[in-house]
Amino acid sequence: MEGFVIVEIVCSGDPPESEPIIRVQDLTKVFGHDPEKALKLHRLGRSKKEVYDETKATIALHNVSFEVMRGETFVLMGLSGSGKSTLLRCINRLIDPTEGKIEIDGVEIVGMDHEELRHIRRHKLGMIFQNFALLPQRNILDNVAFGLEIMGVSKDERNQRAEEVLEMVGLGGYGSSMPSELSGGMKQRVGLARALTSDPDILLMDEAFSALDPLIRRDMQDELLELQERLGKTIIFVTHDLDEALKLGTRIALMKDGSIVQIGTPEEILTNPENAYVEKFVADVDLTRVLTAKDVMRRPEPVAQCTAGPRVALHLMEEHDISMIFVITRHRILRGFVTLEDTVSAVKEGKNLSDILRTDVATVAPDATIPDILSLIVQSNHPLPVVDENGRMHGLVSRASILAALARKGGEA
Amino acid sequence: MELPKLPIGDVVEIIVDWIEMYFSWLLDAISTGLRVLVSGFEDLLLAIPAPVLIVLISVLVWFVTRHDLKMTILTALGLLLIWDLGLWELSMLTVVLVLIATVIALALSIPIGIAAARSDTLNTILRPFLDFMQTMPSFVYLIPAVIFFGLGSVPGIIATVIFAMPPALRLTTLGIRQVPVELIEVADAFGATPRQKLFKVQLPVALPTIMAGVNQCIMLALSMTVIASMIGAGGLGYQVLVGIQRVDIGMGFEAGLAIVILAIIFDRITQNLVPKYGSK
Repeated sequence: MEGFVIVEIVCSGDPPESEPIIRVQDLTKVFGHDPEKALKLHRLGRSKKEVYDETKATIALHNVSFEVMRGETFVLMGLSGSGKSTLLRCINRLIDPTEGKIEIDGVEIVGMDHEELRHIRRHKLGMIFQNFALLPQRNILDNVAFGLEIMGVSKDERNQRAEEVLEMVGLGGYGSSMPSELSGGMKQRVGLARALTSDPDILLMDEAFSALDPLIRRDMQDELLELQERLGKTIIFVTHDLDEALKLGTRIALMKDGSIVQIGTPEEILTNPENAYVEKFVADVDLTRVLTAKDVMRRPEPVAQCTAGPRVALHLMEEHDISMIFVITRHRILRGFVTLEDTVSAVKEGKNLSDILRTDVATVAPDATIPDILSLIVQSNHPLPVVDENGRMHGLVSRASILAALARKGGEA
Repeated sequence: MELPKLPIGDVVEIIVDWIEMYFSWLLDAISTGLRVLVSGFEDLLLAIPAPVLIVLISVLVWFVTRHDLKMTILTALGLLLIWDLGLWELSMLTVVLVLIATVIALALSIPIGIAAARSDTLNTILRPFLDFMQTMPSFVYLIPAVIFFGLGSVPGIIATVIFAMPPALRLTTLGIRQVPVELIEVADAFGATPRQKLFKVQLPVALPTIMAGVNQCIMLALSMTVIASMIGAGGLGYQVLVGIQRVDIGMGFEAGLAIVILAIIFDRITQNLVPKYGSK
């Protein structure tokens, strides 16, 4: 399959800075009465199932290590029971790890006393829950102000701040509503607002959008990306949905049975799955939503230079058996196209290419998704040029090239 | 062969004697305190002319039920009927006994209920006692109450407190334990102290369940004050008792009706004290 251009998917959001904000080292969590014994057995090579049968202890996390960079969205992904939610809860110590280290901003939080821990939780960490977890007896404003209330901020000040944040998540004016009066999407905006009110550096999001229906979920994902671009928080996002992980993640950690199987950018995970488990996971992904025009385009040829004469263009069209050809400048700026008929008459009448150039050409952006491209391509009987914001032509997409790319990626995964 | 009888009754008697011997000062103090409280409260209610009190209670119902006109009118009519039947003074004594017993029962059961919600051990220890308290026939409480406090309204209140406590305690524990895990995590994740968690998350979320316990507590207190009339606690129950003794169906029925009216008013007030979430 020569002629395909492989281009890196550039993720939305800023590239992560190099400084890690969270550092997790050899984290292990065992649920049960005798974690020592369970771990000893496990290190002797017993499987988790055998360990459970013998000690009734569950090894939820085993020797997990990773770093999260400041400003990135780090996605923990895995099936239920893979330990992703446990891992998230270890970071704010809702669950106490059995072994290992967790540093936040260079401060070790495992073994920290209650007072220090409360300080970290109040100022550095915000959490967003799967089922929203709004306090039912409080109105929206008081829910959003909850974190500040816990900190002892005065009522006027915390209400003012809560109003601002509600405005930011698009719920200005809902302050006096009760949680039960809101839809799921609105409730999760409140959940997001509540976490943002105390302006923490890190947001822990536990399956935050999983309880929402697909359309609302997509809106919320877009809004999170937008919010992230503006606020530059560090986000740890737990999900079981690979599409969501690929869309939101700067990097993704794929988890299985309490361990991280692979950490990488979405592109690395998709194109270079580290083992059979990741491959299998990736095989289920809806490629039409992950791939963009860049991934499915073919080399932009043949094309005619605008300085060339109509004879050259005619020759190229005859050679490739096509009825039109795109015309570009020396710097690959797309000028338009010429048809076979026009070119034949231009050769007879001695005209230039610029005389017969047609400029009413539909183009697609490099990051256009497949559904977007498909809606254009069905109306067109020739390939579509992929053109960036500077007018440069990067490639061509046709029905055949989309199908070929899907087949290739699908078969590879 | 005859099975030797275990001396459970004798043991109970010994314990009772022992308490009486060493704690009579405490029993006396409780007895005096309660007697003063009952008569003071009773005098206060009777000092207000019946029509004025009827209006006041109706207004209270009007506000508590969030302007339920039907209930307000029924309350006023019910109280007028009691007044008309000549049972007003007895009813006020019953109200005093019920309220004092309920306040004491709640002051004990809600804190213990909270403690039991936080400690599995305490919960396990309490469970058999609560089962015992709830299934033991209520008349049985009257016996030690009489032994320790003599006859009158004080032992009546004590027996009522014991009888009315278990549901309030149980529902407090249940309500707090039923607070969703995610809400507890919210409190912890946002850095709440244990105290903040209790007062800002657990108790408010558990409040509807706790209030159901309060409601049960009042209803049980009302039924127990009637039974307590057998040991000389006055009020409407005494009137029923006299009706039984004289086989006077009319007298018994009138007093019974007054009790039902009080029960309905107590019930509606306590049921509406906590707003239902979402429906304003």
